[in-house]
Amino acid sequence: MRRVVITGMGIYSCLGYNLEDVAQSLYAGKSGIVLDPKRKEYGYRSALTGFVERPALKTLLDRRSRICLSEEGEYAYMATAEALRNAGVDMDYLQKNEVGVLFGNDSSAKAVIEAHSVAMEYKDTQMMGSGYVFQSMNSTVTMNLSTIFKLRGINMTISAACASGSHAIGVGLMFIRNGLQDMIICGGAQETNYLSMGSFDSIGVFSVRENEPSRASRPFDRDRDGLVPGGGAAAVILEDYDHAVKRGATILAEVAGYGFSSNGTNISQPSDVGSSIAIERALKDAGISARDIDYINAHATSTPQGDALEAMALDHIFSPYHTPVSSTKSMTGHECWMAGVSEIVYSNLMMQHHFIAPNINFENPDEYSKNLNIIPQTMEKNIGAYLSNSFGFGGTNSALVIKKIS
Amino acid sequence: MQREEVIKIVNHFLVEEIEIEKDLLTEDALLKDTLGIDSLDFVDIAVIVEKSFGFKMKPEEMKDVMTLGQFYDYITNKSN
Repeated sequence: MRRVVITGMGIYSCLGYNLEDVAQSLYAGKSGIVLDPKRKEYGYRSALTGFVERPALKTLLDRRSRICLSEEGEYAYMATAEALRNAGVDMDYLQKNEVGVLFGNDSSAKAVIEAHSVAMEYKDTQMMGSGYVFQSMNSTVTMNLSTIFKLRGINMTISAACASGSHAIGVGLMFIRNGLQDMIICGGAQETNYLSMGSFDSIGVFSVRENEPSRASRPFDRDRDGLVPGGGAAAVILEDYDHAVKRGATILAEVAGYGFSSNGTNISQPSDVGSSIAIERALKDAGISARDIDYINAHATSTPQGDALEAMALDHIFSPYHTPVSSTKSMTGHECWMAGVSEIVYSNLMMQHHFIAPNINFENPDEYSKNLNIIPQTMEKNIGAYLSNSFGFGGTNSALVIKKIS
Repeated sequence: MQREEVIKIVNHFLVEEIEIEKDLLTEDALLKDTLGIDSLDFVDIAVIVEKSFGFKMKPEEMKDVMTLGQFYDYITNKSN
């Protein structure tokens, strides 16, 4: 079976717009959460969000490329461009080799709503122009990136709620393992505009700690009151190990294991049983045991129920090993469709720079998180292998085990 | 509307919104081959034309419009 490695990374998030800045933010335990006044005007119960600027693309992309890109597509372009540079892959390489693209994305609400507004104003769909159709589909990110970067390999979007990005890496792993592709850009993208999260806010799961934005996202903390939405994009270059060695690429890490499951129960509630199945499958797939995991990047979003159930699952599997756990969502908020990839980038940066980023705002454990070794302050640590969890609505679960290459 | 005024408006949006180089905008420039305007660009141009000149461009009326000069003529005729 072919081994699959990561040879490049790119990130565009509320912690920074490149790998270096994000590494510094992670080490410093910096929060990227702000209060967005537009959300209050729109009628949100909570106006908290991770703040990400729209990138200036006029000097980077031609008009056709720009008008077909949705907001999350813009973020994805920035992250992908950095990941390709990081992997030493240029346009000449992309034209001579078959490279694929798999992104996790599960909405493009702004484009849909804006197009609808045009139709309402003019009563004429022709007045929407040519861009909205390419911005509106869930596959907007992959259809645009494949066009911009002239990609000729596997080209599709994975939609699996808040596990979308993680599954995209898992599916990419399988394509390369099976010899169907040598290199795939795997990513996750998440729009951050106020139009995109209103229906999520309506079910009352967002934190309302609006007077303290940087303290609102507090996974595993006893006083957590909900998640904070965030977004941006992240990308990793997945590659066959031998292929990477042959072209002299720097190997950042190995994607050693992928585990998945579906709870088969409730549409909004997670499950400790389903989570455990995905985690144990990922460990088995990686051929390692729970004791070999040096760090767990938890899914924990700061919701009362979700964090408790993940804590139960982690305690069930890792209790003898006192494994360090943190949720970077304490700083980023919940990056939803993107989170499964951004959290791989965050964790790889920790692996590269030998530290564990803190689970900020973890002040008091609850009855479940007291059983975990949650890291509230930055910790110097050599990470040889880590686990990254992602769980989503509909009970979809994904877990990835990433190792340092040996 | 006078043809000179049409030229001014059309050239402005071709440069500013469709991002065509100003130096290419000559009367005999071919819309597709010289200016690189494709079918999707025409969708956007139709929106701009309707907002700027108050009429809807129809594909069947455009089939003989090959050059920029012919495009100026088409808009001048339709807007009068």
